[in-house]
Amino acid sequence: MPKTVALVGTDAVAEAMRQINPDVVPAYPITPQTSIVETYSQMIADGLVKSEMINVESEHSAMSAAIGAAASGARVMTATSSQGLALMWEMLYIASGLRLPIVMTNVSRTLSAPVNIHCDHSDSMGARDSGWIQLYSENAQEGYDNILQAIRIAEHPDVQLPVMVMIDGFIISHSIDRLDLIDDDAARKFVGKHKLKNSLLDHENPTTWGAFDGLHGYYFELKRAQAEGMKNAAAVVKQIGEEYGKISGRYYSHFETYRLEDAELALIVLGSAAGTMKAAVDQLRSQGVRAGLLKLRMFRPFPAKELVSALSHVSDVLVFDRSDTIAGEMGGPVFIEARSSFYDEIKRPRFKNFVYGLGGRDLNLDMILKAVASSQTGNLITYLGVRE
Amino acid sequence: MAKWDFSKIKEWGWKEHPTGGVIPEAATTDSYATGGWRSVRPVLDSGKCVHCYICFIFCPDSSIVIKDGKMTGFNLRHCKGCGICAEVCPAKAVSMMNEAEAQGLEKCHLAGQDLGTEKSA
Ligand code: SF4
Ligand code: SF4
Repeated sequence: MPKTVALVGTDAVAEAMRQINPDVVPAYPITPQTSIVETYSQMIADGLVKSEMINVESEHSAMSAAIGAAASGARVMTATSSQGLALMWEMLYIASGLRLPIVMTNVSRTLSAPVNIHCDHSDSMGARDSGWIQLYSENAQEGYDNILQAIRIAEHPDVQLPVMVMIDGFIISHSIDRLDLIDDDAARKFVGKHKLKNSLLDHENPTTWGAFDGLHGYYFELKRAQAEGMKNAAAVVKQIGEEYGKISGRYYSHFETYRLEDAELALIVLGSAAGTMKAAVDQLRSQGVRAGLLKLRMFRPFPAKELVSALSHVSDVLVFDRSDTIAGEMGGPVFIEARSSFYDEIKRPRFKNFVYGLGGRDLNLDMILKAVASSQTGNLITYLGVRE
Repeated sequence: MAKWDFSKIKEWGWKEHPTGGVIPEAATTDSYATGGWRSVRPVLDSGKCVHCYICFIFCPDSSIVIKDGKMTGFNLRHCKGCGICAEVCPAKAVSMMNEAEAQGLEKCHLAGQDLGTEKSA
């Protein structure tokens, strides 16, 4: 029986992990991710799961242990945030380069300096080219649902890549939210058993992992193959989202649209701000502005073609970015990708970028409405909510 | 002999490589000379050696050759010339010698190319 519960986001993630019961969880605590590992180690202590938890001395080691365990054929999950993700940096590429289906929750938090523990997407956007699939969640429900699906996506033979699931720090991670959990048996059946084609512990078929590419250079070919896995992930994310919908009633795809079908003005956003955006869309509609929302769920791979076809009828696109590329007036990462997706189209909407919420600065309804009002005349890129 | 046929690996397209570059067998270094970058090599004075195997335990490249319970010398296809064996030997039975000199070449640090090492680029 599905169960309706009230949980903070980190506990929603831990619940999904409990149902998955991964073989190994190497982790290091960092605000605001800590409660995931805390709750999960309590679950281990209570005998609810059989996972081996490895308490490591840093996030670099957490990802290293995750890589070793995954190469040994184990199903591996971990979680991190911010500086922790940054410390994993070089290992992120090794996980994806070795094609290891590790699933990691990243509780989105900005990067220092100055020191700040609040939400923005600087951390995960820094890892956007690391070869990890990236899924963003609007609320605890989506965080929970994304984690379950991430296992299937990562382990799919056409993909075999690690997946990062984002939940916004504090806004989702530390707020109590109502959500529906699927039944334990249904979850277990959905994720199924993990079997890697090669594994280090398969002593009957011994293998060598992470070897030097021999000076003759096979690196390029292996990267090309990795790019194909990422490309394949787009169809797999859709297929798994459908399959998950059949057992949960909640269907997932690359993005969700809200009142977009007949819209003239489209807003694009990732993560928790989508809730406020929907309220803004309703308000704009009541004022006679034909607004709609495209809430991006999958940022890697980037669903360029689908995005273009979903937005082909609008005249204006306002992209809201919770991080900046700091690239000299190029705007945020979502803006850059969404705008360049339209380059080859004959009919291109006008694009505007609003960088908002850095270091956890709130985004409220008024700010969105003001942004929309200014969008016909304002700059290409606006820092929304900064004190001028 | 390798268990997988990679004789044409240099011509392989990206679809032919195993996923993630995983080599479908273990201990492949055995058939691949890695000692080519050695600039000094260990030399054993068998008269002094007490066959304690301390060098065997410490050698990072498994290059100490033991036969019939006796330390008999070094596997120079894999010895990188780090000198750890000479350092840890309690009997001072190992000394390090310039590699080029050992090969009868002029003293230089580009030696080691005639030890079965692949001549790559
Ligand atoms: S450590 Fe020295 S004495 Fe001991 S086995 Fe090696 S060479 Fe011989
Ligand atoms: S020099 Fe180093 S690598 Fe060579 S045998 Fe001695 S310990 Fe081993």
